Amino acid sequence: MDTASLSTAARPHIDVEKPLVSIRHVSKQFANGTLAVRDVDLDLGSGQFISLLGPSGCGKSTLLRMIAGLGSPSSGTIDWPRTSHDAAGRPERDLGFVFQDPTLMPWATALGNVMMPLTLKGVRRREAEARAAEMLALVGLKGFEKSYPRELSGGMKMRVSIARGLVLRPKILLMDEPFAALDEITRHRLNDDLLELWWKERFTAVFVTHSVFESVYLSKRIVVMAARPGRVMADLDVDAPYPRDELFRTSADYAHLCRVVSGKLKEAIGS
Amino acid sequence: MSASRSIQAGEPVALGIAPAHDGTDAQALPVFAAEARVLGLPASTWPRILAPLIIGMLALGLWEFAVRANGIPSYVLPGPLLIGQTLVADWGTLSGSLWITLRITFMALAAAVIVGVTLAVLFTQSKWLEMSLLPYAVILQVTPIVAIAPLIIIWAGDINLSLLICAWIVAFFPILSNTILGLNSADHNLINLFQLYGATRWQTLRYLKLPAALPYFLAGLKISGGLALIGAVVAEFVAGTGGSASGLAYRILESGYQLKIPRVFAALIMISVSGIAIFLVTSWISHLALRRWHESALKREN
Repeated sequence: MDTASLSTAARPHIDVEKPLVSIRHVSKQFANGTLAVRDVDLDLGSGQFISLLGPSGCGKSTLLRMIAGLGSPSSGTIDWPRTSHDAAGRPERDLGFVFQDPTLMPWATALGNVMMPLTLKGVRRREAEARAAEMLALVGLKGFEKSYPRELSGGMKMRVSIARGLVLRPKILLMDEPFAALDEITRHRLNDDLLELWWKERFTAVFVTHSVFESVYLSKRIVVMAARPGRVMADLDVDAPYPRDELFRTSADYAHLCRVVSGKLKEAIGS
Repeated sequence: MSASRSIQAGEPVALGIAPAHDGTDAQALPVFAAEARVLGLPASTWPRILAPLIIGMLALGLWEFAVRANGIPSYVLPGPLLIGQTLVADWGTLSGSLWITLRITFMALAAAVIVGVTLAVLFTQSKWLEMSLLPYAVILQVTPIVAIAPLIIIWAGDINLSLLICAWIVAFFPILSNTILGLNSADHNLINLFQLYGATRWQTLRYLKLPAALPYFLAGLKISGGLALIGAVVAEFVAGTGGSASGLAYRILESGYQLKIPRVFAALIMISVSGIAIFLVTSWISHLALRRWHESALKREN
């Protein structure tokens, strides 16, 4: 018996190959009868940068919130195959969430806001401060620890929000159109910095957006969704190497990919 | 020359980001006003102090003149100078009464804060409790205190206790209703976020709902501060009791019976000044607590 066949026989499914989140036949119907999401099947793999791309009303935010456990599907399952479950069978979701608005506590400093998840997890103050400060430096806000949200610009508030989402070093970071409200220059900056952060920290990123350009620039994989009812229309791999930068944004490859994805999105909306 | 504006083919063109702006969002920071100070106060504060002061002086001068020119007797309308003299002459009695009234006021305000905030917290934790008790709080609020004060005085037995209860009834509702509003106005996404991190009820209250309620509570405190004083004075009027330990309202009644009208005015002034002082103190507390983060406490450049 050689070693290779032994290992496959003993472990037919290697743990690493299991997806981080496994979504099966998930539908969500709201109380008013709207079918927000219909029969979605998705596996979110470890270490990927995945965009959920679609027009408004395609249920991408609803799907993201269900992955986070904010609201449960009307039918279907969302499993976390690689996560331990508590006594009641709920997965201990190891995730960070970034909303469309920065959603910061106005009465707390940038440091205080980033510290919040640590505080809630019972991390001691001294350690929480150190870890939060480190995270702020990582998102480029060194020196703004004591600033209050209202003293920060829109882009900086979003950085604080991302730092808060990452401070527990989660396996997966869910982002709900985080840069939609920002001007283009700031958005490009934040896209670059987010990619760099993702490259360094190796978390799985799920990024909801309605911008083709943004999704192509950032993602390894784009899930195209259509509206009324919200459903998955296409699952595309973006075949371009990382790290990506300004050069990629101006390349013919990028333009080509954008055209392809735009076409798919148009199909999705048209159907 | 339009030639310099047209873009030639093949020429490298700087698009988008101007070199002076490196595109960092740090350059989009909001600008706050930093004002010049005159005698330790911001320059724009002085007109707000001086204008009403000048108007007040003019009015007082006119009053004094009218009283003197028309020979109005002091038991009908005393002039401001006479009132001032009375205030100084009777300071011993009046300040004692002022202290009694203020003590009731502050005790009632403290009780209103404790009961109001506690009830608000309990109400937001349990819908059933709110549904069952809030209507009674409203009833307590809309019932004219003058009408029930005699009953309270009979039931409570002790006069100081009944005064305290009356002032408390008037003062506590704004704190209760404002704090409930504040506790319920925490950002919904933040509540979701706390859920995501598995925050306990206590943690959500301590780190999210109470801080979110603070501006509302402080607005309630400003209203209740004045109301506590009014409640104390009204209750004293109704109680009308004699004895050595009597508040300003009793002094007003007593002086009125004796036609010592300048003293009535002196006592009135003391009540007004106390009310203003309470308002200023609560406003100052509110400013200190909110100045770093709340919209209401910050000046913008535009």
